Amino acid sequence: MEWEVVIGLETHTQLQTVSKIFSGASVKYGAEPNTQACEVSLALPGVLPVLNKQAVHCAIKFGLAINAEIAPRSVFARKNYFYPDLPKGYQISQFELPVVGKGTITIQVPAAGKQAAYEKVVNITRAHLEEDAGKSVHGAVEGMSGIDLNRAGTPLLEIVTEPDMRSAAEAVAYAKKLHELVQWIGICDGNMQEGSFRCDVNVSVRPKGSDKLGTRREIKNLNSFKFMTQAIEYEARWQIETLEDGGKIQQATVLFNPETGETRAMRSKEEANDYRYFPDPDLLPLVITEQDKAHVQADMPELPAAMKARLEAKFGLSSYDASSLTASRELADYFMVAVDAGAEPKQTANWVMGSLSAKLNSEDKYLSSSPISAQQLAQLLKRISDATISNNAAKQVFEAMWLGEGEVDSIIAAKGLKQESDNGAIEAIIDEVLAANAAMVDEFKAGKEKAFNALVGQAMKASKGKANPAQVNDILKKKLQA
Amino acid sequence: MALSIEDIKKVAHLARIEINENDANATLNKLSGILALIEQMQAVDTRGIVPMSHAQDLSQRLRDDVVSKTNLRDEFQKNAPILGNGSQQPALAGGLYLVPKVIE
Repeated sequence: MEWEVVIGLETHTQLQTVSKIFSGASVKYGAEPNTQACEVSLALPGVLPVLNKQAVHCAIKFGLAINAEIAPRSVFARKNYFYPDLPKGYQISQFELPVVGKGTITIQVPAAGKQAAYEKVVNITRAHLEEDAGKSVHGAVEGMSGIDLNRAGTPLLEIVTEPDMRSAAEAVAYAKKLHELVQWIGICDGNMQEGSFRCDVNVSVRPKGSDKLGTRREIKNLNSFKFMTQAIEYEARWQIETLEDGGKIQQATVLFNPETGETRAMRSKEEANDYRYFPDPDLLPLVITEQDKAHVQADMPELPAAMKARLEAKFGLSSYDASSLTASRELADYFMVAVDAGAEPKQTANWVMGSLSAKLNSEDKYLSSSPISAQQLAQLLKRISDATISNNAAKQVFEAMWLGEGEVDSIIAAKGLKQESDNGAIEAIIDEVLAANAAMVDEFKAGKEKAFNALVGQAMKASKGKANPAQVNDILKKKLQA
Repeated sequence: MALSIEDIKKVAHLARIEINENDANATLNKLSGILALIEQMQAVDTRGIVPMSHAQDLSQRLRDDVVSKTNLRDEFQKNAPILGNGSQQPALAGGLYLVPKVIE
């Protein structure tokens, strides 16, 4: 039988605020245990939650970015369960009336094997505001677990998709796109190592062609795209094998073990899932007016899809280049700064996606720590455009700038890379070359085209690589035809 | 909707409340009474009425995103429980609260 894999994602994005969602405690990462756990984070008696304006602002921003309906009135609810890292005995979340309703995100699924790259629209079911729980630390004291409540109360936006994805590749393409988007609009720093962006992936399988969903298992807390691919592929294969062997899938929460590459059931969901949600009497309904939305809209950057279309239309970039350049705001900003500084757009795209990206990758550096600024790159490209240096020389200048050897013009001067563009000087060089290589000239005149290239090579060599190749070509051609 | 004694025990367990058979039976009667009252209220036509999520007809006030809390860990940890098992030390280690081992 042929099987179809059905995948939906729930992503917890940590919102970019300085304080917690319901209290004025700091959310700074890496503090000493419990030094950022105030009386609200600790759930001491008598405390009341007060909602953080910035967290709401972030939620509205996300809603606008995915063209979703933003609830004029949404309600906070208590999700009840007991766990040591949750001192209240409930998590404040949203249930029936989330702040962000249905929206869409368009993903680009890369080509793989015979399958060409394609676009797909993923439907977002909802996104809701909630607080994070604390952290359990194991191994500090024998037989005990340590509880750090610094993270308790950190603002999260949980973004839930419809079960729209049909492969690990689609799920990862979605997760990456979402990861880009939340950083682009500035609501999440996207730091997966620090847990700012965590994905839970629901996986089920069904016979191909069936429109009934199979029983799903939820893979918890995937914090890298590589693990996500591995976990989904393992889980789907396991479910298919179980069903083909006549077994049944039990709804469960599973954990992925990166060391074995396997998923393993964590707990049966039956009981854990009985959260008995009810509206939190400590919080009033959250009202968002048209004016609030307009205020956030005014603060919204141009979205990646719009910018991609603009780069294609305005600069004639290919869809691929435009898409690559708008993969992150940082990259897009870098490109725009270089173009605004006078660099030719297509050439800039080539250098940014080519030499610069390769160099950053090979040294495992982020664009933000690139030794070559966008202005410097623009200056370099202008020196190619105005024929001061050749493309080859530009590569040498690029290397030197990368090593911090100075500015474009000083490097060109220091290394003597300036291109010879003086017609008279080039003619003189060519005359010498022609005189010294009479045999080649005869070959060319006898119809041997290759001899021409050999002569160009000689001329370039004679000029120590500094002659403008286009001019050498022109002048040589004229002289041979004369 | 009829409640069973199992429902009572399940709800008690979810709320981590210890309940004996007598109390469970008494609670069953009380909760069934509340559900009967709710059933009676279902007769009221509530079409077009927005469900109430709070007793006060107000909306949520928002706080500016500023850090206003300082580190009071030492104060807060003064009432940490005793470690037990013969130890009179508070259940704390390196700023962490200690609890019986939790394993997933």
